[in-house]
Order: sequence, then C-alpha cells, then structure tokens
Amino acid sequence: MTQELQFCLPDVGEGLTEGEVLKWLVAIGDTVTVNQPLVEVETAKAAVELPSPYAGVVSSLHAEEGELLPVGAPLVTIGVAGEAETPVTEADSGSGGPVLVGYGVTESATRRRPRVAPPSPHGTDRPEAGPPGEPVKPVRHGGLEVGRAAEARFATDGEPTVVRAKPPVRRLAKQLGVDLAAVRPTGRDGTVSRDDVESAAALQLSDTSSGQGAGVPANRDRREPVRGVTRSMAAAMTESASTIPSVTEWVDVDVTRSAALIDRMRELPEFSDSKVTPLVLVAAACLTALRRESTLNAMFDAEAGEIVHRSAVNLGIAVASDRGLVVPHVAGAQSLTLAELSAALGDAVRRGRDGSAAPADLVGGTFTITNVGVFGIDGGTPMITPGQSAILAFGAWRERPWVERGQLVVRSVSTVSLSFDHRFIDGATGSRFLRDVADILEEPALLHLWA
Amino acid sequence: MAIPTHAPDDGFVQLLTPEGERVDNPDFPLDISDDEIRALYRDLVLVRRIDAEATALQRQGELGLWAQLLGQEAAQVGAGRALVPGDMAFPTYREHGVAWCRGVDPLTLLGLFRGTTNGGWDPEEHGFALYTIVIGDQCPQAVGYAMGLQHDRAENAVMVFFGDGASSQGDVNESFIWASVFNAPVVFFCQNNQWAISEPLERQTRIPLFQRAWGFGFPGVRIDGNDVLACLAVSRHMLQRAREGAGPALIEAFTYRMGAHTTSDDPTRYRLDSDVEAWRLRDPLERVRSYLHKQQLVDQSFFTELDDEAEQLAERLRAGTRALPNPLPTDMFDQAYAEPHAVVDRQRAEFSQYLSGFAPEEV
Repeated sequence: MTQELQFCLPDVGEGLTEGEVLKWLVAIGDTVTVNQPLVEVETAKAAVELPSPYAGVVSSLHAEEGELLPVGAPLVTIGVAGEAETPVTEADSGSGGPVLVGYGVTESATRRRPRVAPPSPHGTDRPEAGPPGEPVKPVRHGGLEVGRAAEARFATDGEPTVVRAKPPVRRLAKQLGVDLAAVRPTGRDGTVSRDDVESAAALQLSDTSSGQGAGVPANRDRREPVRGVTRSMAAAMTESASTIPSVTEWVDVDVTRSAALIDRMRELPEFSDSKVTPLVLVAAACLTALRRESTLNAMFDAEAGEIVHRSAVNLGIAVASDRGLVVPHVAGAQSLTLAELSAALGDAVRRGRDGSAAPADLVGGTFTITNVGVFGIDGGTPMITPGQSAILAFGAWRERPWVERGQLVVRSVSTVSLSFDHRFIDGATGSRFLRDVADILEEPALLHLWA
Repeated sequence: MAIPTHAPDDGFVQLLTPEGERVDNPDFPLDISDDEIRALYRDLVLVRRIDAEATALQRQGELGLWAQLLGQEAAQVGAGRALVPGDMAFPTYREHGVAWCRGVDPLTLLGLFRGTTNGGWDPEEHGFALYTIVIGDQCPQAVGYAMGLQHDRAENAVMVFFGDGASSQGDVNESFIWASVFNAPVVFFCQNNQWAISEPLERQTRIPLFQRAWGFGFPGVRIDGNDVLACLAVSRHMLQRAREGAGPALIEAFTYRMGAHTTSDDPTRYRLDSDVEAWRLRDPLERVRSYLHKQQLVDQSFFTELDDEAEQLAERLRAGTRALPNPLPTDMFDQAYAEPHAVVDRQRAEFSQYLSGFAPEEV
C-alpha cells in the first residue's frame, strides 16, 4: 500500500517565519529519492534547496512558484510505498511542531494546555495572571498571525476548487492568460495538460477575433510575481503614502564653490581612499543642518502619540541596485569627520549596489538622501521612508544661467528638494532646514562656522 | 584568485599533491602503511557523508542548525588520527571529523544541533571536550588543561582547534602567551578556511597566521590542510614534541570552507564562485582516492563497499535523529552540578509541582 506523507516548510534559518517558493525542481508524478532536491526556497537569510525526506512519488505540490508560505505549511506530498516509514508530517508531530529554534509558529492560542489546579500559594504562575477578576490572556507572539494566515489559506483551499496541473503548465497558462479553472482537463488523473491550455488559448484567440474583428492581437501581457526587494519597496511606499502626510519644497542652489571644494578634496591624501562625490558635501550639509533643526531627524510615533527625538543620525542613502531600491545607512554619521563620512558613504553605496548590505544596514535609518542627479534629473517629490520624517533629493550639478548682483552669469547650479512629515514639522521648520542646506552648499565654509 | 597571494609555497608542508602523488618532506617524514592510508580514506568518506546527511536533515527541519565541515575533512581526520588515548582535544562547533576520530557517535552530535541535549558525550571517556560555540573560548581551557597534565607529570598532550577568525580573539592570543611562558604541552591547530563567516582572511591578518607563533616564542608551521597525510605527519610531530616537554606549537592548516558558515548563512552573497571552483580542484578526498588507484592499493569493491557503509551510516543517522527523545523539562536540573545540591533540588521540586498543574498533553 502507499502512504501519503506531507513535507511541510521547515525553519531552515533559526527563527524564520516564512519562505518563498522560488522554483520547483520536481513535478507531480516524479519519482524522488531521499535527499533529492525538491524545491528552491528563499528566506530572509538565504536561498536554499530543500531535499526530500522521503523516497516515493510526488503526488501534490502545495504552492506555486513565487508563493510565500508560512513555516509549517504543507509544501509537497509524497506517496511512499509500504508502511515502513513512520509518518512524521510536521503538522501531526504533536507538541514539537516544525520549529526547533525561537518561538516560530503557533497554530492557535487554544493549543496551550489549560491549567487544572488552582494557583499555588507561592504563585509560580503569577506572570500569566492579570489583575484579579480579569481572565488570563492567551500568550501572543510572533508566530500567531502566521499560523492564522496558514489556517485561512487552507480553509479556502478546499479540494473541489483545486485545479491539478504541473507547474510548467501553470506557468504557460499564466503567460497565455488562460484561467486554469475554466479549462477542461484531459490529462492523466484529471490534470490539465499543456495541450489543454494551448487549445483553450487558441479558442480564446478565435473568440476575440470573431468578436472584435481580425487584427486584434492576443493578450500577451506578462504577469510577474512581486518578490524580494520590490516587495519591500512596495510595502514601504504604500505605508509612506497612506500614513505620512508629507509636503515637498525645493530650491535652486549655486554650487560653484562646493564643486571647487570637491575638486580640492580629491587632491588631499585624507580622501585618497575614497571617491569624493557631491553626495559627500550634500551629506555633510544635511548633518550640519540637522544639528540646527534636529526635528527633521525625529520620528512621529502615531500609535504612542509621541515624537521620538533621536540621539544619532543614521544617514540613509537611496541606492539603485540590480534588485531594486535599497537604502543602506551610515550609522552615527553625525560624529564622523568629512574624510570618514566620505569613506563610509562610498562603502554604503557599494554594499547597496552589490547586494552585500547586511539586513541591519537596511533598517534603522533616521534621515535619507536620494541622489536623483545621477539619473540627470533636477528634482522631485521624494517619498519618506516609514520610521523617518524627512528625505532630501539632490539633482544634477549643471551649468545654468544665474543672476548675481544684477548680472547674468554662468554658474554650477543644482536643485535640492525636501519632503517632510507635516504632522509635526511645520513649513517654517522644514524651510529653515532646507535653506540651511542650500546656504552650506552655496558657501561650504558654513560647515565650519555652524559646526 | 584562488589562494591569497601571501601564501608562500615555502611555508606549506605537503606530502600528497592534489593529483595524488606522494612528496617527501625531510622535516616531517611519515611512516605509514597502506592499511593506514585506506583507513584514512574511509574516515574521510564517512565524515563527509555524516556532514552531508546532517545538512539534509537540517533542510528537512530535523535540526535547528548545522555547521558544515565540507572541504575540511583532511585537516580534521589528519589531526584527529594523530591524537592517542590520553590526549585531550578541545573543539569548536565544527570538529565533526575530530569527534569521529575520537569515537563520539555522530548521532550524539546531531542531538546537540537538534536541541535534545546540551552536550551529549563524556569528554573524559573520549578525550574530546564538549563543543564550544563562543569563538576562541576553548583555547584558555585547553592551555589550562595542558598545564594540569604538566602538574600531573602525564606524558600526554592537548590539541586545541580554532579558525582564522578566532585568531583575532583576545582569548586565543592570551592562550598563546600562557602556553609559551609555561611551556604547556599544547598544539594549537588553526584551520584557516579563509572565511570568518563573511569576513575574509585579509581582515584578520597581514602576515601568514603561522608566522605569528614566532612572536609568542614557539614554532609555527603551515600545512596543506587538504592533505590528510601532511595533517597527520605534522600533527604527530608537534604532539610528540609537546609530550616530550618541548612546549607548544602552532599548526596552520591552509584549507577552505566549501559550504556555508552554517545552514543559516548564504555564502554567495560575499564570495566568488570562481574561488570555490579553484578549491574544488584541491579536494581532500579526491587526491587520496587517486593515490589509492594509481598505486593499485585497492580494487573497485573497496570503493563500492565503502559507499555502502556510508549509506548505511546515513540511514542510521536519519532514522536515529527522528527518534531522538525530547528531553524532559526537569533534565536541566540534573546536569547543573556534579554532586547533589540542595538549592537545585528545591528548584526541581518547585518546577515539577508547577508542571503538574497542567492538563495532560492531548494526543
């Protein structure tokens, strides 16, 4: 007889709560051996291959490529011949659960065993008990919501609605814009085959042709799962737009003196280890201006109804990497010398670009600078990173006509734009800060005078 | 760049080339029988299999973590087989090969990484201390143990294992000083696998690590850490020297961590595939295999039987790991003190009473 054994997504990285199915390495019907790689899964820590715990035939894959699964959710079911193998499906394995490290996944709060005896006089259970008369609250921790999400998923995933198809066929259906549920399956064991999808697509095409006349192209739009850095960016920007009422101001600045200073800095031995760019002076200007208007480095904590004044400036730098937008930061930037700042910024940008930034580098910034000048852009309305209250964009440094003492002259000019959280930073404060930054870039000697 | 440029060939003891050719070294002659070489190869194969199975078990959710030794088999088997009964080894958390040579059941190691035990073996019985997670922490303990052997006038030595990253730790450098000035019978065995998690060797040192020994006043030697014969010969030599009262020595086994730091690490984020590929050509098992072949010391059945043995070992570990019993909540009280202890007894009683206040586990 054959036994169906489930392999659930394990915690492969000491306290992870979820993983994303990157790629299936097997399909339904494949015969697999013990330790044969089944699937590639990406977690917050690494992309890894999961080897099969069983030898048998793959009978179902419980997730599609690109799908995010909570730890402990079924991943694949394998039909194993004979009864020799003890079923060790994680969901059934009792109190142990799938998680060996950390708090991990809890299916629901009710799984906690109830107390039977009245509290002992010593009150060893005191930490759990609320004030007299109040019921004992269930313990909540990180895994709870994940477990609920998993339950909800399984509840809606009832057998009758499941369409059986191999992953490549599912991908093809997506590419061709075919709804799998509407396709009549002719494959083995009621699966939708490649032919089924292709003929359904052809049918759709002919429907369209007859309905709207020839020459209308078939729907060749490509759908791509949102993942990785893009997903983080989407979450951060949505949160920013929906929770932070921000305003943006901008001003043009004559940066001729700053440009000359940068040329001079490049010749100094102190800066020989790093690439001196306009970003260094803009960062230095922001740090000096933040000393004068520290509110721009604070955070509005709406939940607590408090403004959090930060003791340090963790200066974030928006970096365009191959993977998308990442914002590594320079921690404690306010106490660095100009040479140290230059080296640290170079390092942060490099780590952001090549993807080696540690997760800790990417969170915990307090103020962000974005250099849109590298794209040949002058200004914009940058969006504030959640957890911060301002972001400054600086544009390309280019020669523009400029009026100085009634004369039209050619100067190096740049635009600086500032978005700030208007819930607690008023226009006067934001304007003073931006004016300070502009003044320093016009006359970098102010870095010393205001130091 | 396969090997950092500051690795001069003249400081590199090698007795078996990556192509499987024997080389003689007048300073470290090795008298070894064909049987012993076959046995070393068996160790290498089985240790690699243990490591691979443990890695798979972690990926299947059966272990919380695993620190892979892939690539370092020769360093560990060579050093481990140089130890004799009565010697004591102090490991890090990656010395699965040394554990194997000291007779520790690999299933016990897996229990540690599954979290069913906090240690699992008797250090005295095996001459193998418990795994140390804190980096470099085992070095002062090893030197202290070696000084104890000195006081006992025992004719044994201590070998302590650490990595290139640990060489930057205060504990390790202080141990060098203590071992040196007290002439302790200890061999410092550094597996330089080029990476301290994601930090490359050039962030630990500007000179070859083995050269540091001279500054502390004892000899240092670099060996090809992927050459089990060099590891065995030099370890034997330095251990014997220590047993005879000539004091400590540092061995730098130049090797490479082919896997991740642990199963929670992703090395593709910080190192180049081309480096890994270059080191693959220096594989510690392949060279012994081709030596055995070329010298016609084995026939095909030797390899087939060894593969079978490795597979059976893996199956035993797989089944054994899943069957490891969960510890009782009260077990933690039993190993806090060697002797009965009144305070611990009272805490155990209180905790048992607290536990008994819950409804029985629903099955």
